[in-house]
Amino acid sequence: MERKIRVLVAKPGLDGHDRGAKVVARALRDAGMEVIYTGLHQTAEMIVDAAVQEDVDVVGLSLLSGAHMTLFVDVARLLKDKDMGDVLVVGGGIIPDQDIPKLKKEGIKGIFGPGTPCDEIVDFIKKNVKR
Amino acid sequence: MFDKKELEKIKQDRKNWEKNCYSSHKERHTERKKKFHNLSWNEIKHLYGPEDIGHLDFLKDIGFPGHYPFLRGVHPTMYRGRLWTYRLFSGFGSAEETNQRYKYLLDHGETGLSVAFDYPTLYGYDTDHPMSRGEFGKCGVAVSSLQDMEILFKGIPIDKVTTSMTINGPAAIVWGFYIANAENRGIDRRIIGGTIQNDILKEYIAQKSFIFPPEPSMRLIVDTFEFGSKEIPRWNTISISGYHIREAGSTAVQELAFTVGDGLEYVRWALKRGLKIDDFAPRLSFFFNAHNDFFEEIAKYRAARRIWAKELKKLGARKPRSMLMRFHTQTAGCSLTAQQPEINITRVALQGLAAVLGGTQSLHTNSMDEALALPSEKAARIALRTQQIIAEESGVTNTVDPLGGSYYIEWLTDKMEDETYQYWDRVEKLGGVIPSIEKGFYQREIAEASYRYQKEIDDKKRTIVGVNDYVMDEPVDIPILEMDEKGEERQIKRLNKLRKNRNNQKVERNLTRLRKGAEGDENLMPFILDCVHSYATLGETCQVLRDVFGEYEEPAIY
Amino acid sequence: MKDIVKNVLRGDARAVARLITLAENNDPVATSAMKEIHPHTGKAHVIGITGVMGSGKSTLICELTRLYRKQGKKVGIIAIDPTSPFSGGALLGDRIRMNELAMDDGVFIRSMGTRGMLGGLTSAVYDVVEILDASGKDIVMVETVGVGQAEVDVIKIADTTLVIIVPGLGDSIQTLKAGVMEIADVYVVNKADRDGVEQAVAEVESLVDISCANKDRKTPVLTAVAKEGEGIKQLMGEIEKHLKYLEKTKEFDKQRRLRYEAELVEIIRKRLMNFIFDESTFKEKIEVLLDKISKKETDPHSAAEEILSKFLK
Repeated sequence: MERKIRVLVAKPGLDGHDRGAKVVARALRDAGMEVIYTGLHQTAEMIVDAAVQEDVDVVGLSLLSGAHMTLFVDVARLLKDKDMGDVLVVGGGIIPDQDIPKLKKEGIKGIFGPGTPCDEIVDFIKKNVKR
Repeated sequence: MFDKKELEKIKQDRKNWEKNCYSSHKERHTERKKKFHNLSWNEIKHLYGPEDIGHLDFLKDIGFPGHYPFLRGVHPTMYRGRLWTYRLFSGFGSAEETNQRYKYLLDHGETGLSVAFDYPTLYGYDTDHPMSRGEFGKCGVAVSSLQDMEILFKGIPIDKVTTSMTINGPAAIVWGFYIANAENRGIDRRIIGGTIQNDILKEYIAQKSFIFPPEPSMRLIVDTFEFGSKEIPRWNTISISGYHIREAGSTAVQELAFTVGDGLEYVRWALKRGLKIDDFAPRLSFFFNAHNDFFEEIAKYRAARRIWAKELKKLGARKPRSMLMRFHTQTAGCSLTAQQPEINITRVALQGLAAVLGGTQSLHTNSMDEALALPSEKAARIALRTQQIIAEESGVTNTVDPLGGSYYIEWLTDKMEDETYQYWDRVEKLGGVIPSIEKGFYQREIAEASYRYQKEIDDKKRTIVGVNDYVMDEPVDIPILEMDEKGEERQIKRLNKLRKNRNNQKVERNLTRLRKGAEGDENLMPFILDCVHSYATLGETCQVLRDVFGEYEEPAIY
Repeated sequence: MKDIVKNVLRGDARAVARLITLAENNDPVATSAMKEIHPHTGKAHVIGITGVMGSGKSTLICELTRLYRKQGKKVGIIAIDPTSPFSGGALLGDRIRMNELAMDDGVFIRSMGTRGMLGGLTSAVYDVVEILDASGKDIVMVETVGVGQAEVDVIKIADTTLVIIVPGLGDSIQTLKAGVMEIADVYVVNKADRDGVEQAVAEVESLVDISCANKDRKTPVLTAVAKEGEGIKQLMGEIEKHLKYLEKTKEFDKQRRLRYEAELVEIIRKRLMNFIFDESTFKEKIEVLLDKISKKETDPHSAAEEILSKFLK
C-alpha cells in the first residue's frame, strides 16, 4: 500500500470566496491525494488543530480578502508551535508580489496566485512534501 | 415571424448553401475547432438565419421597448433619453480614505455611488471583534457605527446622488445607518435614493456572507420591502444578484436561472406576508455579471427581462413598473488576469459593451488591477473612462436595442429562456428554492461548472490570453493601492470613544426592544433605526439578532 | 518509538495522529506500537454508524458527540470516505460537517479514505479504534462509507451498530441489501420532519419483527431530526441500553471476539498479500504465471497452488 499525501485545504478568516479552494481540492484528489477541506471561517487555531488530528503532510491556505499577512503567518507560526514545522504550507488567492518574500520567510513555501494551473500546484506539492 | 412560404424557400436555399458552399469550403479549410461552444457549453452553429427564429411571434415575443414583455428594454427611449449610471463599486480602509475616493470619482464623472464594505462589516462584526483580526479595510471600507457612515458621506450630496450598498446579512442595519445619516443632515427620507443588495439567497448559494438561517433572513428582507415601500419610496430594497453566482463559477444559463428564480422566491415570501405585488415589485432590482462571451451575455439580459415580465404577470402584477426588470451590471472580476494586467482594460471594455447592448440601467467596470489588489486611483479612473467612451464615442446609444432581430441573438435569447425553465423544473422537484439550497443543488451545479471550466484551461482547450497562451515573463508594473496603515488603530480608538461617550442606557434599552421585536413578528426596521440613532454599533445590533435568529451552517458541497 | 506509545496513552493528540498515520501506512513502527497498546484497550464503547449518502450521519454524530461531551465523556470519531478507484485520491468530506466540534480537546476526529478496501472499512481502522481507545476515549464512533452495499463489515468492529435511514429516499429500505438491514442494533429514521416518515418507520418495524422473531432483544426503531437536535437524547439512551444488554448477557465478550477475529484475519490477509504480491521474489513468478494463464497454458487455480506450495509444506 503506497503512502498517500494528505492535504488540509483551509479558508482562514472571514473570506467567503471558496471557488478556488474547492477546485484545487478536487484537482488534488484527482492527483491521488487525500484531501480534507475545512470549510469557511476557520481561525488559525481551528486549522492547526485539524492539521494535527489529521496528521497532514500539507496545509493549503486560500484567501482572497487581503488578510493573508496576518492569517497565513498565524497558521505557519502555530504549526511550528505544535511541532508540525515539517508540514508543507502553501497558499493561494490574491497575494501581491511584494508580500511573497515575507510570507516565504515565515514558512509559506509556495504561493499560487490567479491563473496558476492546478498541475503546477500538484507538482509543487509532490516535489516539496517532506515526510 | 416570417411568411410561411418565404421561410420554406429560405430553408431550401439554406440546405443548398450548406451542401454546395459551406461543406465544400470546410473540407478545404477546416474550421479552427470541431465544435464551438459558448460559456454555458451550448454548441454554437456556424450560421443563424430566419429559420432559427421563425417560431417567434414578433409582437408577443419581441415587441417594443418600454412595453411588455420588455425584451428590448425597460424604457421606450433607453439611452437616448438617459444614459446608464456610471456606478463604480469602491471602498477600502477607513471611512476617511473612502470618502476621498468617492469625491475623486464623482469629480471624474461618476454618476452614482457604490459602497464596498470590509469583511467584518459584511459579517456584522465591529472592527475590534476577534474574528475581525487582520481583515480591517482589506476588501472594503469598515463601517462599525452611524458615526462611520457620517464620515463616509461627509461633503457628498446624498440628496442628489444615489448610493448602492453591497451588504447582505446585516443589510437592514447598514441601511439604517444610511437613513439615519441622511435624516441627521436634514434630508427627507422620502427623497433619498439607492439600493441595498440585501439578497440572502445568493449568499447561501455563492457569496457566503450569510449570518442567520433562511427563515429569519427572509423575514428581515420582507421587513425592508414593507418599510421601504411605505417610508423610503425611492429606494431599491433589494438587488437580486447573479454576479456572485457567476463569479463562483456558474455558467451564464445558471446565472440567469438561479437569479431570476431567487427573485421569484422573494416575491412569493412578500406575497405570503400579505404585501400587494404592485406595492413592492417596482422597487425590486437585479444585478448581473458581464462575462466574456459577448453575445451570450446580451442574450442573457434580454431573456431575463422577458422571463421576469411574464412571471410577474402570472403572479398578478398589473402595473408595468412592477413587471419591468431594472438591473445593474458588473464586468466579470473572475475573468481578469494577474498576468499582463493592462490587457484587462480591453476585456472590461468588451464586457461593458455587452452590458450596454443588453440594456443595463447602471454599470460597474472593473479596474485592470482586479486580480492584484483593490483599485488604484488611476485604474479606477480608466475603468470609468471606458464607460464614458462607450457612451459618447461608440454610437451604440443612438438607437434602442440595436441587436434586436439578429438571428443569433433572438435564437440564443429564446434558448436561454428555455433552459431557465428547465432548471426551475429541477428546483421544483427538489421542493423549491430553499430546500434546493439546503440540499446543495445550486452549490453542486456551480462546483461542477467551475471545475469543468478550470480543467479546460489547464488542458489548454480554452485559451486565456497571457495565462495559458501568449505568455510573457514580465514583472507587473502598475501602481498598487496602498492603504493608510494607521487606519485600523484610528478606527478602534474612534469606536472606543463612541462607546464611552454615548448614552449607554439608551443603547441598552433600544437593543432590548430590538430583541423583543426580533422574537415577535413586528417589522424590525423602526427598532433598528432606534438602535442606530442611539449609536449602537453594528456588532452590538447584529449580536442581538444572532442571539435570537441563530447562525447558519452551510451544507458542505464540493 | 517508546515515546509515541507513552504519549498516546497520555492522550496526546499529536502522538495519536502520528501513530494513526503509521498504522495506515503499515509502518513497522506502528506494528510494534500496536503490540504495546493492545493491553490498554477495551474501555471504549465502539459505535458504528452506517447509512446511505445524505442520511445525515455526520450531523447525527455531531449531535451525539455534543451530548456525550456534556456528560464529560471523551469522544473519538473515525470518518471514512471512499477512495477513488481511478485516481487513488479521496475527498474526505465529513470533518467539514462537524465544525461545531472544533477546538474541543475532548473530541478527536480523523478522516480516512477506504484506500481500496471493499466492505466499507479500511484494514487500518481496527488499529485506529484501538489507538483511540488506548488514548483515553470513552466513545469511539466509526462512520462508514454510505454506499449501502457491503456495509456489513462495520458490525465486526463495533459494539453497537446504528443504521441510519431517511424517509422519501425512494425505496431506501429496499435498496439496502437484506444483509445490511439486519446488522443494526439500533435503527434511526433521520430527517423525520420530511414526508414519508411514518411509512419508513413502519417498513423498518416490520423488518425488525421478522428478523428479531426468535431473538431476545427487539431492535429499537427511533426517529430523529439531527439538524434540530431532536431525538438525540433518546438515541443516546438506546445506545447505553444496548451496552448494558451486551454486558448483562455476556454478548459483549462475544462481540469483542468477533472483532479480534476479523482483525486477525485482516492482518494475516494483508501481510500475506503484501508478501506474495509485493516481495520481489514472487513478483516475477506471478508475472510469468499471469502470462501462462492468459495463453491458457495454465489456469488460475493451478497457478495459486503453485504459489501457495511455497508456503504450505
